[in-house]
Amino acid sequence: MRTVAETTIPELPLGERGGPAQPLISARGLIKHFPVKGSGFLQPKKVVRAVDGVDFDILKGETLGVVGESGCGKSTTARLLMQLIIPDQGDILFDGETVGGALPLAQYRRQVQMVFQDSYASLNPRLTIEESIAFAPRVHGVPQAKAIARAHDLLHRVGLEPVRFAGRYPHELSGGQRQRVNIARALALEPRLVILDEAVSALDKSVEAQVLNLLLDLKRDFGLTYLFISHDLNVVRFMCDRVMVMYLGKVAEVGTREAIYENTKHPYSAALLASMPKMDPAERTEEPPLSGDPPNPIDPPSGCRFHTRCSMAEGVCSATPPPLAVVSSEQRAACLMSVPGSGHSHAPKPAAELMEA
Amino acid sequence: MAAITADIVPAPIAVPRSPGFWSGVLHRLCRDPVALAALAVLIVIVAIAILAPYIAPYDPTKGSVIRRLKPIGTEGYFLGTDELGRDMLSRLIYGARLSLIMGVVPVPIAFVIGSIIGIVAGYAGGLTNTLIMRTVDVFYAFPSVLLAVALSGALGSGLTNALVSLTVVFIPQIARVAESVTTQIRSLDYVDAARASGAPAFTIIRVHVLGNVLGPIFVFATSLISVSMILASGLSFLGLGVRPPDAEWGLMLNTLRTAIYNNPAVAALPGVMIFVTSICFNLFSDGLRQAMDVKS
Repeated sequence: MRTVAETTIPELPLGERGGPAQPLISARGLIKHFPVKGSGFLQPKKVVRAVDGVDFDILKGETLGVVGESGCGKSTTARLLMQLIIPDQGDILFDGETVGGALPLAQYRRQVQMVFQDSYASLNPRLTIEESIAFAPRVHGVPQAKAIARAHDLLHRVGLEPVRFAGRYPHELSGGQRQRVNIARALALEPRLVILDEAVSALDKSVEAQVLNLLLDLKRDFGLTYLFISHDLNVVRFMCDRVMVMYLGKVAEVGTREAIYENTKHPYSAALLASMPKMDPAERTEEPPLSGDPPNPIDPPSGCRFHTRCSMAEGVCSATPPPLAVVSSEQRAACLMSVPGSGHSHAPKPAAELMEA
Repeated sequence: MAAITADIVPAPIAVPRSPGFWSGVLHRLCRDPVALAALAVLIVIVAIAILAPYIAPYDPTKGSVIRRLKPIGTEGYFLGTDELGRDMLSRLIYGARLSLIMGVVPVPIAFVIGSIIGIVAGYAGGLTNTLIMRTVDVFYAFPSVLLAVALSGALGSGLTNALVSLTVVFIPQIARVAESVTTQIRSLDYVDAARASGAPAFTIIRVHVLGNVLGPIFVFATSLISVSMILASGLSFLGLGVRPPDAEWGLMLNTLRTAIYNNPAVAALPGVMIFVTSICFNLFSDGLRQAMDVKS
């Protein structure tokens, strides 16, 4: 007969700390530059500015969507948050505590988990499904039988009957089933934040819808917070409470879903939204709203990084980097048109100038 | 998250397990006639080596001046006699013992050491990787034969020294394969997922890396057995391995070379044995590699 102390799963060291108003995660000035291979020898050292000064908050219980073109730093941001790569500069605060400072990395790891895009590459082909899910709890000292029982419970929760699936190997499952396994694996440590890095992008549309609904159910049942990275603006609109638009390693705009989708203040967000395929044939556009590829992140444009492709760009845009200006209580945009007195012709006039005129 | 706590979780149900990776490999290997034939020949050769005292018709070291260099098919000497009048069949049977030892022993030792070096370098990456692999490259830069001869020459002749030098020759080759496979696995998402779960590096290597890298390294190592046999024969041929009058195929090839004009068929026999054994090891390792390819 085992005692209660032995059978209880070790309690998570952290629960709710700072209250509901405290952001779950605050990223402060995250910078990550990757050195370019082969540079630095008899020539200037080059770096890819993958993430170049990013600040954002993820509020408790919300889903924050991150959108942007390929190479804008979405996935790097996710890996920085996961501490899979170490930022060159900047801090991550989890519920008010600095990760790696007041909050040890080991404790942080249990509360933040990630689901990757490639459902096959993210499962060890030599382990059965239940072994993959039970691995993380085993690492944290949960006894084998208990970890397997938890794996079965989670498989049931993500819609895979343990009797049929627990003993199988990843290659015997479909993409949608594998992604359900990955979600179960991410939940095995009972995290508070789950980072979904293009987690549904590789799935068929019908399967994608099922997995999205599953994610919404799990979020409600387990009180999760999501960081939802995607390039599909329709999916982000369906899933997210707030949206962050990234461009070339910087935040272009962040705000509530309604603010971004219906009242965007950044020309880049506007162009992205205009690039969404229209359901109504009468509204189809012939011209692509954004032409060309994003500039090279090794040598980004001066001033506002979007000015090379922006239809509203003026001389001042190539000289002054725009701060992330507060547009309203629920929206911030990094565009000189939103900064009073910035010198852009569309910028709001400061009160002093208006009074003079 | 209180839903998944101890009091309501039932005991784990027994779950039918799918056939694992290795049973799949065995299944595919069993349908490869070439690999099976090669394996059968190898088993026969190993059996002959083990049972040598019982099946060899004569003492392999006892010669006679009056029956030197008898051709193949001579009455009583089925495969003829060598330059000292010793029975070739007996010498080939006994020679299988030393030749197999020289071919097989260095490879598992190099497999263990080389895998550890390569996996550590591949998993650590960065500066550690550079330091380890550039050191390995120094050894790799020498041609295998030259390195084996140089090491054996420095250590002196003899079976043990030959085995040591062959092992040292193979460690860099296995380490390089291990390093490249580990670097590949290291970048996969399931290793990142394991790191994100907070698992220590040793646990990640044990659970997630080893199972996925040992297969390819193992296949490469089996292909080295034939190389090892040929190198070992070369060492014996040069007088750096086994010493006369012991029977070893490489050494026999050396001593019989003087008879190549008088009795070429007999002189070629040890070479034929080396060829057959090493090609069987190669064919078998090819079959193994194909069987381990999950996509097939």
